[in-house]
Amino acid sequence: MMEISVRKELGHWDLEVDLKVERGEFLAITGPSGSGKTTLLRILAGLERAEGEIVVDGEVWLRGRRSLPPQKRSIGFLFQEYALFPNMKVIENLLFVADDRKLAHHLLEVVELLPYRESYPMELSGGQKQRVALARAFMGRPRLLLLDEPLAALDPAMRMKLQGEIERLHREFGTTTLMVSHDRGEIARLAGRVVEMERGRIVERGADPIVEAVRR
Amino acid sequence: MIDLTPLSLSFKLAAVTTFFLFVVSLPLAWWLSQTRSPLKPFLEAVTALPIVLPPSVLGFYLLVAFAPDSPLGAFLEECCSLKLLFTFWGLVVASMVYSLPFMVQPLQSGFESLPKLMIEASYIGGKGFWTTMWRVALPNIKPSLLTALIVTFAHTVGEFGVVLMVGGSIPGETKVASVAIYELVEQLDYGKAHIYSAIMLGISFIVLAGVYLLNRRFKVTSS
Repeated sequence: MMEISVRKELGHWDLEVDLKVERGEFLAITGPSGSGKTTLLRILAGLERAEGEIVVDGEVWLRGRRSLPPQKRSIGFLFQEYALFPNMKVIENLLFVADDRKLAHHLLEVVELLPYRESYPMELSGGQKQRVALARAFMGRPRLLLLDEPLAALDPAMRMKLQGEIERLHREFGTTTLMVSHDRGEIARLAGRVVEMERGRIVERGADPIVEAVRR
Repeated sequence: MIDLTPLSLSFKLAAVTTFFLFVVSLPLAWWLSQTRSPLKPFLEAVTALPIVLPPSVLGFYLLVAFAPDSPLGAFLEECCSLKLLFTFWGLVVASMVYSLPFMVQPLQSGFESLPKLMIEASYIGGKGFWTTMWRVALPNIKPSLLTALIVTFAHTVGEFGVVLMVGGSIPGETKVASVAIYELVEQLDYGKAHIYSAIMLGISFIVLAGVYLLNRRFKVTSS
């Protein structure tokens, strides 16, 4: 169980989010751009300061002035821009996080990139890079997986492929996953629940008719 | 037979200065590249001062600071029995001040060019500042790193004014090549002055050409 209750002053409005997420849940966060979705993920990762409280499975990540650094929060983070280390081969990118060759091989197998393990990121296509980043995100066996529009830059076929891989790894590792996305098909396929953000707050909308339609 | 001590002293001074200045500049350059503090412009200005100031001004202030009757000089002598005036280590400290911008500026602009997400990905991967620095930041700014190290080294070899004021001309201790050449010319010993000068010119050219060649290779391989 993850309990989030955070506030942060931003330029024109404040971010103020209260949210509970069940362990192992896959939650999608949607909403117009600039509504604070990315900021929320960054606060959860410890990359951005905020006031309030974040408690994950009884472990305090943020309370008052006490804030665990990103290194100590068990997270995987997938950005739209891949953020691979260009100076390391694919396999080294994974082993950098944890020196566990068996896990690295398994993850590269899941994302079907085992033959590319000795390649450098610049030799890969965008979709391949993102799949390496996905595999890397699981190297630390994270409790919380944060996905910030990870598929927005990819073509539809590659999106489908990655969605399948995300779903599989989410289940296999039992991670709690928060995904920012605008793609209703993607949300319908992956997420168990959707919340919408607007001007820094979560607005209750009930079931999204389009998502429901796709689900059916 | 010509005495090669001034030349070896020049290169020893340059190597020691480059090493210590790198250690000091790394956190400073990193901080400057990441901070949004209002103090940043002032620190950047202080860092860049040695480019603008005449070496004699720097040398004068260092001379005053290192003097045994100055607070700093007295403190260093009392606590660590360290004398900086007219000694090799005094030259090292003076050279570090003199070459500071040549180390900090390339490192800083290199760090500024790194995608922020790449650094954050390392933190999220559980790695602390130093691991991130050694394994992610520095390997990805190789051209800037190389420029910083080599230009600092070359700039220290090429030093004259500061060294003369702070170090004087003690053979084997502070008499570096540039000072030796100056003295030889004063003594109208053009023959030896030519030999020292030619050696300095040759080595400096080789070092710089090497840097530019390496830099070209880095750029080709990273594009």
